[in-house]
Amino acid sequence: MTTRKIEILVGTFIVLAVAAFLMLALKVANAGVSGSGESYVLYAKFENIGGLKVRSPIKVGGVVVGRVASIDLDTVYYTPVVKMEINEQYSNFPETSSVAILTSGLLGEQYLGLQPGFIDETVEILADGDSIQDTRSAIVLEELIGQFLFNRGN
Amino acid sequence: MISDKLQKLGRSTIDNVAGFGRSGLMLFGALVGKPDFRKGFPLFIKQLYVIGVLSLLIIVVSGLFIGMVLALQGYTVLVKFGAEGMLGPLVALSLLRELGPVVTALLFAGRAGSALTAEIGLMKATEQLSGMEMMAVDPLRRIIAPRFWAGVVSMPLLALVFNAVGILGGHLIGVDWLGVDAGSYWSTMQANVDLYQDVLNGVIKSFVFAVIVIWIALHKGYDAIPTSEGISRATTQTVVTASLTVLGFDFILTALMFGG
Amino acid sequence: MSDIMVDIQHLSFSRGDNLIYDGMSMQVRRGKVTAIMGPSGIGKTTLLKLIGGQLKPDNGKILFDGQDIPALSRADLYQARKKMSMLFQSGALFTEMSVFDNVAFPIREHTRLPESLIRTIVLMKLESVGLRGARDLMPAELSGGMARRAALARAIALDPELIMYDEPFAGQDPISMGVIVRLIKELNNALGLTSIVVSHDVTEVMSIADYVYVVAEKKVIGHGTPEQLRQDKSELVQQFLKGEADGAVPFHYRANAYEDDLMESVR
Repeated sequence: MTTRKIEILVGTFIVLAVAAFLMLALKVANAGVSGSGESYVLYAKFENIGGLKVRSPIKVGGVVVGRVASIDLDTVYYTPVVKMEINEQYSNFPETSSVAILTSGLLGEQYLGLQPGFIDETVEILADGDSIQDTRSAIVLEELIGQFLFNRGN
Repeated sequence: MISDKLQKLGRSTIDNVAGFGRSGLMLFGALVGKPDFRKGFPLFIKQLYVIGVLSLLIIVVSGLFIGMVLALQGYTVLVKFGAEGMLGPLVALSLLRELGPVVTALLFAGRAGSALTAEIGLMKATEQLSGMEMMAVDPLRRIIAPRFWAGVVSMPLLALVFNAVGILGGHLIGVDWLGVDAGSYWSTMQANVDLYQDVLNGVIKSFVFAVIVIWIALHKGYDAIPTSEGISRATTQTVVTASLTVLGFDFILTALMFGG
Repeated sequence: MSDIMVDIQHLSFSRGDNLIYDGMSMQVRRGKVTAIMGPSGIGKTTLLKLIGGQLKPDNGKILFDGQDIPALSRADLYQARKKMSMLFQSGALFTEMSVFDNVAFPIREHTRLPESLIRTIVLMKLESVGLRGARDLMPAELSGGMARRAALARAIALDPELIMYDEPFAGQDPISMGVIVRLIKELNNALGLTSIVVSHDVTEVMSIADYVYVVAEKKVIGHGTPEQLRQDKSELVQQFLKGEADGAVPFHYRANAYEDDLMESVR
């Protein structure tokens, strides 16, 4: 009777809440790539990281393959070191690969663009904990403008 | 004169500390000890209905409108920078991190919290709690505990529903009315929202708020002066104290989770 | 089994700075109706709560069936309470349950009887207070007298040994008053209960009580069977029994001298 009605409504409430959670997890947060799966770690040193942040995406040709895990300063040379977590399924980057800090659109957020390099017998595949040597720093607008003015002066 | 003021301050401090102590003892008495599932579970389900299901409507309606307003306001600003593609993350992050848990807690305090305080205060005033105690049934276990657990379980669930409905409301306004591309609404959202960082932190917040609101509501009712004005004052205090405490804790939790 | 059910020895109790009982002693005999009378405001309800262990005295012993109630552990106190029951002035029925469920409540809480048996017991209890037909009503639909009788049915649901009535006659019309007087007497005799009746309705109490204590001024001022009490020499007792407005119990709440109070503003 009334107990049954109450129990049905409570059940509906729980189902609704679970559905809401699933929607938030899958449709909104897209839990697929965000560190829930297996991943491995690569490092890269930059001159300047610009506006790169922890959890910024790492993209190859626009596809997200991982995220920035942490950003620290090298204690010897005082250059930023970025720790990258890359999805296990993309584990075939050669050591000739390069990373650049790019901006999506004029005002968009900054991300790491990973460019896979060439492969021949002398080139090894990057393993967990390795560093990428070839890096390109963020473009800092003030420096760009400074260069532009300097060139015009010539 | 000054000594009078000092005395007043001292008295209110002592009263507050004593009240806090009594509320702690109440919760301790209600929750510590061997639970009896055979009797407790139906009571818990009943309260889940009273506290959770009956709050659902107000949560869904407010969630929808807040999502819609967020989209509308966000759009007018973002479109100036040509960044209306970022509408999705704006709506989603505002809801998941802040508005979902906080607004749910405030509505919950107003809807379920005040009702709980009044109910328990009236039970006390009409000697129902005393009567129960004389029947060798502990009112803390029989009345307080199921309400506490039901509140703590329902609020995070309500907040999840609020978030989901809010994001859909944002979609309704942003995509269907203002013409933001549906693909970019969802994909930028997915690129910027993280399951742990945003969704689960929001759930944790809402869980903390649930404990705060329900604890205050139950204590104010249990400690109410058993007269009609005592109960009305306790009900008001529940809403005011719970809301302010939630906002205070929201700042602390936000600072811990997202700041620094 | 001793003849004395409740034995209160040198009880002192105060609320804040306000001393309510000062070294009071009384005994309640098994199977009898013991009445506690006194002017309102002397804490008669407090006394029942002390016996029930809801309040703790400052001093003294309250022996219930040989156990000292204030000294019991929580678990033992709850065990002891299963043997007693209390009828509150308001009835204290649970407002969200029907009359039937109210009476079934203590049975369901403390036993694991099948529902069919519970139904039989509840109907028997309701029959004994004459409310079998009202079992599906909600407490809000009952009159004051009916609510008190329903509460009485609930109080006897588990066949307690001691039942305490808090002002059972207050605010009742003469007919329901008569009904309750009869019920208390009948239940006491039929079920072999021990009853404590707290009241200030002199005539009703004198008609059913086997033994009466008159409490005033923080202690027992007179006790005995109703006949003995009528012969009592004490001025206080006589004032109370006859209902005189002023006498040994002053009409005025204690205050400063009248003249001083009035002159306060002039000064």
